[in-house]
Amino acid sequence: MPKIEGIGRVLVIGSGPIVIGQAAEFDYAGTQACRSLKEEGMEVILVNSNPATIMTDKDIADKVYIEPLTTEVLEQIIEIEKPDSLLPNMGGQAGLNLGMELAESGFLESHGVKLLGTTAETIRNAEGRQEFKDLMEKIGEPCAASELVENIEDGITFANKIGYPVVLRPAYTLGGSGGGIAHNEEELVEILTNGLRLSRVGQVLVERCIAGWKEIEYEVMRDSNGTCITVCSMENLDPVGVHTGDSIVVAPSQTLSDKEYQMLRTSALKIIDELGITGGCNVQFALHPTSFEYIVIEVNPRVSRSSALASKATGYPIAKVSAKIALGYTLDEIPNAVTGKTYASFEPAIDYVVVKIPRLPFDKFIKAKRTLTTQMKATGEVMSICTNFEGAIMKALRSLEQHVDSLEGSVYKGNSTEEIEEMLHIVDDRRIYVIAEAIRRGISYDKIHEITMIDNWFIDKIAILVEMEEKLKSCESLDRELLYQAKRLEFPDSVIAEWTQNTEQEIKQLRYKWGITAAFKMVDTCAAEFASETPYYYSCFDGVNEVENVSDKKKIMVLGSGPIRIGQGIEFDYCSVHSVWALKNEGYETIIVNNNPETVSTDFDIADKLYFEPLTPEDVENIVRLENPDGAVVQFGGQTAIKLTEALMKMGVKILGTSAENVDAAEDRERFDEILEQCCIPRPKGHTVFTTEEALKAANDLGYPVLVRPSYVLGGQGMKIAVSDSDIEEYMAIINRYHQDHPILVDKYLMGKEVEVDAVCDGEDILIPGIMEHVERAGVHSGDSISIYPAQSLSEKIQNVIVDYTGKLARSLNVIGLINIQFIVYNDDVYVIEVNPRSSRTVPYISKVTGIPIVDLASRAILGAKIKDMGYGTGLAPKSDYLAIKMPVFSFEKLRGAEISLGPEMKSTGECLGISKYFNEALYKAFLGSGIDLPRYKKMILTVKDADKLEAVDIARRFKKLGYEIFATRSTARVLNDNGVLAIPINRINEEAPTLMDLLLEHQIDLVVDTPTYGDKMKDGFIIRRTAIETGVTCLTSLDTAAALLTSLESSETQHLSVVDITSINTVNVAGN
Amino acid sequence: MKAFLILEDGTVFEGESIGAVKEVISEIVFNTSMTGYLEVLTDPSYAGQAVTMTYPLIGNYGVCYEDMESFKGWPDGFIVREISRMPSNFRSEDSLQNFLEKNNIPGICSIDTRALVKILREKGTMNGIITTNENYNLDELIPKLKEYRVTGVVEKVSSKNKQKYIPGDIGSKECIADKNIAVIDVGTKKNIIRYLLEHGCNVTLYPCNFNAEEIINTKPDGIMITNGPGDPAECISIIEQIKILADSGIPIFAICLGHQLMALANGAKTYKMKYGHRGANHPVKNLETGKVYISSQNHGYVVDINSIDQNIAKPWFVNVNDGTIEGISYCNKPIKTVQFHPEANAGPKDSELLFNEFMKMIGGNK
Repeated sequence: MPKIEGIGRVLVIGSGPIVIGQAAEFDYAGTQACRSLKEEGMEVILVNSNPATIMTDKDIADKVYIEPLTTEVLEQIIEIEKPDSLLPNMGGQAGLNLGMELAESGFLESHGVKLLGTTAETIRNAEGRQEFKDLMEKIGEPCAASELVENIEDGITFANKIGYPVVLRPAYTLGGSGGGIAHNEEELVEILTNGLRLSRVGQVLVERCIAGWKEIEYEVMRDSNGTCITVCSMENLDPVGVHTGDSIVVAPSQTLSDKEYQMLRTSALKIIDELGITGGCNVQFALHPTSFEYIVIEVNPRVSRSSALASKATGYPIAKVSAKIALGYTLDEIPNAVTGKTYASFEPAIDYVVVKIPRLPFDKFIKAKRTLTTQMKATGEVMSICTNFEGAIMKALRSLEQHVDSLEGSVYKGNSTEEIEEMLHIVDDRRIYVIAEAIRRGISYDKIHEITMIDNWFIDKIAILVEMEEKLKSCESLDRELLYQAKRLEFPDSVIAEWTQNTEQEIKQLRYKWGITAAFKMVDTCAAEFASETPYYYSCFDGVNEVENVSDKKKIMVLGSGPIRIGQGIEFDYCSVHSVWALKNEGYETIIVNNNPETVSTDFDIADKLYFEPLTPEDVENIVRLENPDGAVVQFGGQTAIKLTEALMKMGVKILGTSAENVDAAEDRERFDEILEQCCIPRPKGHTVFTTEEALKAANDLGYPVLVRPSYVLGGQGMKIAVSDSDIEEYMAIINRYHQDHPILVDKYLMGKEVEVDAVCDGEDILIPGIMEHVERAGVHSGDSISIYPAQSLSEKIQNVIVDYTGKLARSLNVIGLINIQFIVYNDDVYVIEVNPRSSRTVPYISKVTGIPIVDLASRAILGAKIKDMGYGTGLAPKSDYLAIKMPVFSFEKLRGAEISLGPEMKSTGECLGISKYFNEALYKAFLGSGIDLPRYKKMILTVKDADKLEAVDIARRFKKLGYEIFATRSTARVLNDNGVLAIPINRINEEAPTLMDLLLEHQIDLVVDTPTYGDKMKDGFIIRRTAIETGVTCLTSLDTAAALLTSLESSETQHLSVVDITSINTVNVAGN
Repeated sequence: MKAFLILEDGTVFEGESIGAVKEVISEIVFNTSMTGYLEVLTDPSYAGQAVTMTYPLIGNYGVCYEDMESFKGWPDGFIVREISRMPSNFRSEDSLQNFLEKNNIPGICSIDTRALVKILREKGTMNGIITTNENYNLDELIPKLKEYRVTGVVEKVSSKNKQKYIPGDIGSKECIADKNIAVIDVGTKKNIIRYLLEHGCNVTLYPCNFNAEEIINTKPDGIMITNGPGDPAECISIIEQIKILADSGIPIFAICLGHQLMALANGAKTYKMKYGHRGANHPVKNLETGKVYISSQNHGYVVDINSIDQNIAKPWFVNVNDGTIEGISYCNKPIKTVQFHPEANAGPKDSELLFNEFMKMIGGNK
């Protein structure tokens, strides 16, 4: 029961689609908050446009709306559901902003809705730039001096007042474009001129530069009684200048004495007390490295990525406690669920070291600028726990799954020491490797510190790792002590083996002979001061094992999906968590292994036991030796888990569900071809190759265009469409950057309609919850396509073929559990292009719209249950009454220099859903949810490749009809005008003004439709697309997407949106009819 | 060099020697603060004990001499998982290793401190030996360890002579003093004195063999009884003197050992806790306001809440976790005492406003 009276129905707002800077951490926080509210008997109404989240499940909230996050939609939901209160601080910045808009417009008050937790005034004071500065000044807390300027002169005057260097940030540009650091007046004038032009409102913020200071964060809690505590302090290895989301972060702080630590802690508590925050809050500081001077960088009055990290780092559930505080409880009344003996007012004490390393997307965007700045670029992160810092770094590095298991720097062999020193100036994701190399070359700590401003303590830790590397490489014979020390620092067996000229097996045997084995320790919030029962563990090599193995239940290990990256997102955490729940329901003890601090799966009360460990064979084996599970489930954790299949089998762990051999059969081209042949299922012609020469031969044999891709990858990693020999050469070079264990596939590219199914199979029967159809033609990665359920344009006959093929494939591959198949329908024939015997990206959304709990059914099938007994029928399930359209969401504005045009390699970071009984409304909602908000000025730019020109005429005509003024490059304009559609020709960038670029920078364009030529090397199109993105203009690169957008704009059904509570969607149940 | 920590229950931890190379028998306790190892080492309350730090990386920011809480290091021994070879802080003047050597404190590193803490938590605080002698004999050692008792530590740590301090001394901020405080030094941390100075008080520090009448005759505005080490019930003569102070009508504020001595002087009892409270994260609740503060703590003994005569005194603060008494307010007398450390160092400064409260009691202006 809440302590505040009159609260019974709480509206919780989620954070929407996953984008860079707003990721799975809000699903974790929101899910925890909803569960916490329900524990207190609240009815929870949840709104989030992101269908891949766990929070949008029926079991998490009482009413669930997967709807666009706009004030209009929320107002409608409030009118229908009549909540008495709104919890705004769980949905990141997006959720908070919406809550504020509703509060400020007076809507909440007029509808009798209380804002829970932090008040609107508090949020304004924390978020408003001027309000915050004023408040800090009032209580004597220092902020960096800054001023908004609208012209060069004011900029110069202010810079002279505060002194150089200064940071310049243009207002309302995305991705920090046009900003920079000016060290003198000349640089200031240059950057400011550009920034003022790029800013839609013609304003640039000039700020005192504190780059190079230590960046320290505190996660703090405050209750309505004014009790304040610190949950965790965190220190960024990368000094101020790199966004904390892109920094390597360690918890607790390492280089602060008690004086500095308490000074900042006191300041953080003073600030949240003054702001009157109730709940969790994040305070970021810059601390001068050689004095006690500090500056408050920012305050986030809500749960955040950092609070998720702090929760996982300490075991203190910030979101859960925040929700209880919002209901009026005080910290000393809320029990600490970890110890069961202490209360939420007890500050966690930790007796280990936590390291977080960001997962950056430069493997996907190899042309994007890798420089790390104050604009976050990471899509996800990994966390590791160890008894020492070096070990935590080593564990985190291998958790990233980026082909790196140590700081070894063979790539720098060719660089001179001078070059290495020069490279230290570059702040990007490779800096830690460069520092390691600098140490190898004998560059002094002081020199490295002077250039990078990274604290010598961290540099020394990197040096300790380099010294160990050198000891291993130079040792005559490996003795026990050296091996023990290497393991204590978490060097993997494989790396030790390579450096000591042994095999991995030999190292492992030596370890067991010498008794050097991993021990597991508990995360207990209290440094062992109180006996705790949290089943949350990490490994180390220098301690006594403390995991007790008492349960007599059968145990199943579920392998998680690691860091969130493009192509492997939150969907797989959704699947892992649901699998754990299903297995628990069937009476098994569940063990989850994962390393992603942002996720629900790594919450300590999801599985019976949580191991926070890297997902490599060696790390998993340590757990297996201890737990000896009766089986492991790999099909829900994406490619990360699938990759562990073979290793698990070698350890003697039974793989539950589809066998490793059959997983392999789907990936191995020759074996797969055999199966297709047996089943009489066609696929586009193709060849397997290893070398560029073979690839060229294959491509010419098939005839261009062809699709080139490595096997055994997810998300179309490295997949490209090649139209010429030079494309083949370029792509093969990119793929072969890393040694390929498996062949590369070259297939004929068919430009047909793409269709996708997910199915559950028990070895005999299949259940297909639904058939999805993609809006974009084949060639655009399925994750980047707009996906429509149920498929609209497929004939009965085609659908039957798809169901037939799915059944045949599932049975031939002996699939037990989930299978995902992608088809191409080309000239009325169905071809198979990809089969994945595992969970997929579309599972959560199809589960939600059909009401069929796909993962639950698959988990039961894995345990031996039969689909026909599950009550959902077999074969293709009847269509839902609702249409659901999945819209990809991109984060291009965050990644400077990244190519935005869509292709076979996945680029989207998240997705949102539009649900409706009507196609056009569903489509409109999907676009709206993805942030495409048209029109304002009704002006657009159209520039298409030759092959698209005729098709573009109809599109242009439809835009014209909607009242758009169309600007087009000369050749496009000519075709349009020749066909009777008025278009204004405009010059290319390098021609005389006014050009396309000038048009964009006038900030009056709503939309750019630009279809690039495959292998487009011309700078022009690229610059246009980037400029559009960076100035906040919607840019579409496929005519199919443009046509779909038109359909939604033309529709009259979009005037008054209906909203759908998905818990009211009847489960499709064939058993009864 | 190899070193061993042997507990009286026979557990042996093998690690590396740090600090001074010598053998020492002591009571083994643990502290959960993640920062502030130097403050811990120089806190006189740790006299007669060997301290284990639960945070695994110790010595990261070296030794900043100005952070010392007394003129030397007090613990008998220091037990850590890892000692940093690279002290890094702009104020650091020395390494922790050197500090331990200079202060003749032996220690051990590279042991599983968490495993040690779990033993102390389950079995309670116990004695142990830190030694570099590989040929130890458990049969001889264990009876010796069991027998060992810490005594007379207050005399050891208390200042030998009366001392006077004025604002500006010992690194305090200068201000005008208009009050005089008598401080009974039963093992004070410097920050208690520093806080009093910064609140506008002149301080006269009295050694633990003080005479109550002498202090009363100087007519101080208030009296502070400090923190300190050991079993409070052992301090029989000090308790007798405190009885006289308590009846004098002079406002008294007492911290930690001072708090326990005042309780004993008023007829309450103290007992030894299983493993004490040592750390910087303990929530204490003010029963008058309901507000909770995070406090710095270091005590192995506690006042028995049931032994307090409700007519004489009432609980002021309690520990949120275990409900033990953390502060006492005396009826009809201007006496307030706390078990925790409002002077912090190491630890949070959340409760420093209790010094303001003390100033109010003495009619001060700050």
